[in-house]
Amino acid sequence: MSRLIYEFNESIQIALAQIRANKMRSALTALGVIIGIVAVTLMGTAITGIDIGFDKSLSMLGDDVLYVDKWPWIGAEDWWTFADRRPFTPEDVVNLNRVIAATPNSQLDVAVFADLRSSTIKSAGNSVSGVFTRGASAAYERIMTADFSEGRLFNDTEDTSARQVVVLGYDVSQALFPGRSSLGETVIIRGQPFQVIGVLERQGSFLGGFSFDNQMVMPLGAYRKYFGIRDENTEIMVKIRDKTHMDEAREELTGAMRRVRGQFPGERDNFSINGGAVFKEKLDPIKKGIALAGLFVTGLSLFVGAIGIMNITFVSVRERTKEIGTRKALGARRRTILLQFLIEAVSICVVGGVVGVGITYLLCAAVKAAMPAFPIVFSITLVAIAMLVSVLTGIVSGFLPAMGASRLDPVVALRYE
Amino acid sequence: MSPPAPVESRPVRPVGPLVIAIEGVTKLYQMGDETIHALRGVSLEIRRNEYLAIMGPSGSGKSTLMNMLGCLDTPTSGKYEFNGQDVASMVDDELAEIRNKEIGFVFQTFNLLPRSDALRNVELPLIYAGVPAHERHERARQALESVGLGNRIHHRPNELSGGQRQRVAVARALVNRPSIILADEPTGNLDSKTGVEILALFDDLYELGNTLIVVTHEEAVARHARRILRLHDGLIASDGANY
Repeated sequence: MSRLIYEFNESIQIALAQIRANKMRSALTALGVIIGIVAVTLMGTAITGIDIGFDKSLSMLGDDVLYVDKWPWIGAEDWWTFADRRPFTPEDVVNLNRVIAATPNSQLDVAVFADLRSSTIKSAGNSVSGVFTRGASAAYERIMTADFSEGRLFNDTEDTSARQVVVLGYDVSQALFPGRSSLGETVIIRGQPFQVIGVLERQGSFLGGFSFDNQMVMPLGAYRKYFGIRDENTEIMVKIRDKTHMDEAREELTGAMRRVRGQFPGERDNFSINGGAVFKEKLDPIKKGIALAGLFVTGLSLFVGAIGIMNITFVSVRERTKEIGTRKALGARRRTILLQFLIEAVSICVVGGVVGVGITYLLCAAVKAAMPAFPIVFSITLVAIAMLVSVLTGIVSGFLPAMGASRLDPVVALRYE
Repeated sequence: MSPPAPVESRPVRPVGPLVIAIEGVTKLYQMGDETIHALRGVSLEIRRNEYLAIMGPSGSGKSTLMNMLGCLDTPTSGKYEFNGQDVASMVDDELAEIRNKEIGFVFQTFNLLPRSDALRNVELPLIYAGVPAHERHERARQALESVGLGNRIHHRPNELSGGQRQRVAVARALVNRPSIILADEPTGNLDSKTGVEILALFDDLYELGNTLIVVTHEEAVARHARRILRLHDGLIASDGANY
């Protein structure tokens, strides 16, 4: 056992001396591995980045909120069956909250009615159109995920008395009142003056598309008065108590909604329950696709790198045939020679791996500096994987030449010039 | 064969225990369609503290016999026992073990590792033998001192003269305290003055009780040996004391 350790140490020293002695050659060979490792680690950061960015987007939707709509968010093939569904009314929500309150150990916390539309909003000098406008009751406060940068949400009184107050998203506020606070200002919506009572913090966009900052929220009372409630856009938002029990909550909500809607047993649900999870299901195959394509590309570049390592190890074995003969004469066994050349191949790969990881790290830092919003994550796990891949590449590509070296006939090897 | 009568000027040839016993050894090589009989039946005994020179023209089987004695190669047929162990039937790694423990090699071209200093070169057989680092350094240093290179232990081969390089190689051959030291044309790459120095070193090693086998085609080298074996066409032509 101790002999193996000494041989191992000896092999590492020889390998390092060999790399030092052939700097240019080793560097060029390592280049292949470097490219492969950069590809592997970049792919890794991209996939983790997508994951994290997605989770961030989902939490904007509220990962503890279920949405009851006429349409499912994803996969509504037969539009008309959904369109014919009875719209949701504020009374449905009152009834739903009553059912929730009557259920012992309910997984559901509170239901809020909302109506959505797109509208235009003006200040003295500016106008923003296509603002995502939500009319909701004061209980919306318990559901919303965004924080206020200033101000507050309307209260119950403001809601029921249809006060003309509004909460603006970050971008809307900035567009109307560039470079200053909009709190307390008056804005015009549908020709009516509304007072700004709150501004939301910047949130970013959902999966890089729809922006959460291009929105405003007003009391349902005022919304109803000036927009009216459009049947197809009503929505019930339901906050759940424990997001780890999402499935039970969904189950319970389905039952409660059927009661509220007076559905008979056997009848199909005349509503759809939506949540961030449906996006997750949709995104998984895309992620798999990216990973698979990435695997192919990185595999290819690593393969090319491995061929380079194999070639250089063959060259090294040939150059040092006489040395191998000498070592065998002095008592080196097959295992010893095999180990020596394997370690040499692995060493080059590990050096390449370290450099590759370094390059990826710098690239990530650069991307982060240039585009702070871009979700890119450089993790320790990734470093570990990169090093493991480097070592494996070295072993796989060095094995054949090292095996050849270990099987050399000492008589032939000693005579080699 | 009986030991020859002692001669005044030389010490009595000691009759030590048997180290090498070869009987009826043959070696065939396949070169294309041709079969070469490198050895055609060689029998030979070597005892401890002998100083044997193996001579013969090229193609006489001299190198083949040396490879055989050095356990670098195994015979096609015949018996080879090294310290009572049957070498003829050994596999690669067993032969490596014998070479490591029982044989010290000295090559014509020195065969030192160019990027390692003298000490590391001498340590190499000890690494393969699994000797711990501390003991390894100490023994390698002693071996280098014994060949007069105590002040050169951290020099690399390219910082040493030819004679010094061969001394490092001799130290490397000695370091494992082998049963035999096998030298292949040890002075072949040295000028005559340095060659004489190396041969004087061999004489000292012999006086200290080592067993030496020198393969050479130079009579001047063979003259140092106490016994000369001459090969011709794969057979022993003569084997006798050299007084």
